[in-house]
Amino acid sequence: MYDTSDIRKGLKMMVDGQPYTVVEFQFVKPGKGAAFTRTKIKNLLTGAVLERNFRSGEKFEPANVEIKSMQYLFREADSCVFMDTTTYDQVSIPVRTIGDAQDFMPEQIVVDVLFYEGRTVGVTLPNFIEQAIVETEPGFKGDTSTNTTKPAKISTGATINVPLFIMVGDTVKIDTRTGDYLERVARA
Amino acid sequence: MREQEFARLARRRPALEARARVLQALRAWFASEGFLEVETPARVRAPGQELHLDAIAAGAEPGLDRHPRWLITSPEYAMKRLAGAGYERIVQFGKCWRAGEIGPHHQPEFTMIEWYRAHAPLSAIADDCETLVRLAAQALGRTLPPAFDPPFARVGMSELVREAANVTIAGDETVEELRKAVLQAGVDPRQASRWDDVFFQLWLDKVDPLLAQRPPTFVFDWPAPLAALARRKPGAPHLAERFELYAQGLELANAYGELTDPVEQRRRFEEENRDRGALSKIQHPIDEDLITALARMPPTAGVALGFDRLMMLVLGTQEIRDVLAFAADEV
Repeated sequence: MYDTSDIRKGLKMMVDGQPYTVVEFQFVKPGKGAAFTRTKIKNLLTGAVLERNFRSGEKFEPANVEIKSMQYLFREADSCVFMDTTTYDQVSIPVRTIGDAQDFMPEQIVVDVLFYEGRTVGVTLPNFIEQAIVETEPGFKGDTSTNTTKPAKISTGATINVPLFIMVGDTVKIDTRTGDYLERVARA
Repeated sequence: MREQEFARLARRRPALEARARVLQALRAWFASEGFLEVETPARVRAPGQELHLDAIAAGAEPGLDRHPRWLITSPEYAMKRLAGAGYERIVQFGKCWRAGEIGPHHQPEFTMIEWYRAHAPLSAIADDCETLVRLAAQALGRTLPPAFDPPFARVGMSELVREAANVTIAGDETVEELRKAVLQAGVDPRQASRWDDVFFQLWLDKVDPLLAQRPPTFVFDWPAPLAALARRKPGAPHLAERFELYAQGLELANAYGELTDPVEQRRRFEEENRDRGALSKIQHPIDEDLITALARMPPTAGVALGFDRLMMLVLGTQEIRDVLAFAADEV
């Protein structure tokens, strides 16, 4: 059993019968009232984010979730196959469960796979990945400005915006949470 | 680490300079209004038994007695003892301490401005608060948005709750009735069983977000169960003569038409101590000198205003630490 003093970013707990993870939290105290913890919590099944205020001392069941580190092997029809990096067990996860994460999920990448009551419910990518550019308009070598951008395709098939000097074969660092280009890490 | 500290303190310099200028301007104004600035002890035997405030232990005086000392959570009791002894206009600028309160608007150690006016209505204290906000901005050469032109909105708690949540809370309902109204507003008070806990669940979920959007607002006429040290409103005993001032999502000040009935005050203290016991909290002794003083106190209005939050308001900062030299985790 958790109570409000256990609330931290990433804590996984049951709220209204659904598993949630804490995204943000802060201490609040209305004048002459009890202390509350104001939170933003994310439903682990639907991804919906709620704002909830919990009174100090409220109790929660821990969410029966497990996170396993797994490597993405290959795609087959409507699912992706992952391998547990310690037991070598393989699981197949429907692409609709993976959602937008597929855009930044190249083969061989190691991700966190979330299990809820034994069922796979989602994958979490590392915050940053490095990917080679496979397709983009020719670059302008002299242009080091990062304000002007052009579309570029990476090996997963996703398109991101990159500065004009980026060329096919360059390796770039990408923030998987926003899809933003961060920097060039290697030249073609 | 040391470099980070230098950088942080350099960054805070403008805020610290602003604090000093505002403090000077406010002190001058209180003096011009005929207030006597007083300093009362930080360490006391009876720090107050308000249910949701936890005092910080402050040693003992073995040469004097066997009572533990506590840091004050507010200078209220000592200032009322002065008020009961004929000090009609008094103000204090001082530190208060509240255990466990850390957040964007909270620090366990903070600065309060508390003042009392004898023979004045609560509305006079609201006028004072408007003046302080204006003076603080003026002292910094800042112009406040037009929403800050006095007078600030003055609304009843019940009216505000209706606007925010579309339910009516008069203040005299039972806990069960209150729960029903709160559920009707789409708020689930879950395991809350105390009147104030149910009320504040609604307040945080529905009213706080509305207040953050509104221009500065005095919320008057609080339900009697939330009266604390306020007297009941003449002609409307289910309401307390109390206001809270909110501006830009900050709870800036809490004011009372002071309770001067020693019998009623003792009854409330005893009830609060029972509630503290029920929640396994430390029960503090009743301040008998305060009870005696109340009997002699003329009709008085008083207020506590968070000075750090006033600085947050006029400087437009989001975190209380931005207006302090050192926050609790920086000492």
